[in-house]
Amino acid sequence: MSTVIVVTSGKGGVGKTTTSAAFATALALRGHSTVVVDFDVGLRNLDLIMGCERRVVYDFINVINEEGNLNQALIKDKRVENLYILPASQTRDKSALTQVGVTRVMEALKERFEYIVCDSPAGIEHGAQMAMYFADVALIVTNPEVSSVRDSDRIIGMLASKTLRAEQSLDPVKEHLIISRYVPGRVNKGDMLSADDVQDILAIPLLGVVPESDAVLKASNEGVPVTFQEDSDAGQAYHDITARFVGEDRPQRFIQEQKGFFSRLFHHP
Amino acid sequence: MSLFDLLGIKQKNSASKARERLKIIVAHERAANQAQMGAPDYLPSLQQELLEVVRKYVDIADDQVKISMEKRNELEVLELNIALTEADKNDLNEN
Ligand SMILES: Nc1ncnc2c1ncn2[C@@H]1O[C@H](COP(=O)(O)OP(=O)(O)O)[C@@H](O)[C@H]1O
Ligand SMILES: [Mg+2]
Repeated sequence: MSTVIVVTSGKGGVGKTTTSAAFATALALRGHSTVVVDFDVGLRNLDLIMGCERRVVYDFINVINEEGNLNQALIKDKRVENLYILPASQTRDKSALTQVGVTRVMEALKERFEYIVCDSPAGIEHGAQMAMYFADVALIVTNPEVSSVRDSDRIIGMLASKTLRAEQSLDPVKEHLIISRYVPGRVNKGDMLSADDVQDILAIPLLGVVPESDAVLKASNEGVPVTFQEDSDAGQAYHDITARFVGEDRPQRFIQEQKGFFSRLFHHP
Repeated sequence: MSLFDLLGIKQKNSASKARERLKIIVAHERAANQAQMGAPDYLPSLQQELLEVVRKYVDIADDQVKISMEKRNELEVLELNIALTEADKNDLNEN
């Protein structure tokens, strides 16, 4: 049995691709066979975050159009066993994601992988709808900021109506909230929405909080998912999130301000 | 609970403003979505055809025919509203 997970948000730039890469990597590190699929056709960047941009030959759209097969398009990660990347096309637009084509590719991926992580494009249009259509589970990435929360609420509404599960009246898509780019110090000062506020408004369970972190920029500079910076705050946050996702109990460490260890390590003046 | 709360002083930091604004907008948009989701998709074409029929008799603007579907208790209510102006009424008498 495989599980399709969409990483979605509505708003752009909130951390979907960062989360898709880090979460898929953490799942694979735990021994789960995982593929991470870039649905952001035309604006692909998952390959950059995963550091495999120079190995892209065939992409998702080539497979949909049968210009190449799935095995040719899947890129095997060089660092972790069990991890593959299906890159998006950089030259096409999102209309190339046909319902029939995406269905065929998703069916083939389900034959092979335990977890299929779908990195959604921003927006609420066709590309975002295709990314969520087959989902069993949704990770809703939200920044503690008004427009991001509002867009997430919109996406939550769409998950309940515009997915295969909704159309076939199956169990609804399981929703998890990830609050990203969180700064506990600013929350304490009253100039950032708290995790409680966001969770209260969106009314879905909190999977975890990812702090605003320099480690994320470093990770994208190097093309190595932040999961590998094991001693960084964001790296540990993604390990915690993934552990909770597979059912382990982990305390929420990043809602409170990190005194000592992390602040010494990461917040040099 | 902070000292401000205990003293009944309303703290107006920007995060609490954000929270209040979001609660209102999200409730509003959810209600709008709900209404839209329940509405049958033939409403726009029904409205268009009604307009055409009414126009055989009175010259009215597009927005003078309003149509909506609402759930009241257990009943679906299809509400039709055709508002006529004074000029429209004169039209009617002439015909
Ligand atoms: N926890 C974080 N701390 C700091 N910067 C972050 C964090 N998460 C994401 N970013 C940065 O925010 C930007 C957008 O992230 P990205 O994952 O590409 O968002 P999306 O895919 O939602 O558009 C990137 O520059 C990324 O490095
Ligand atoms: Mg992205």
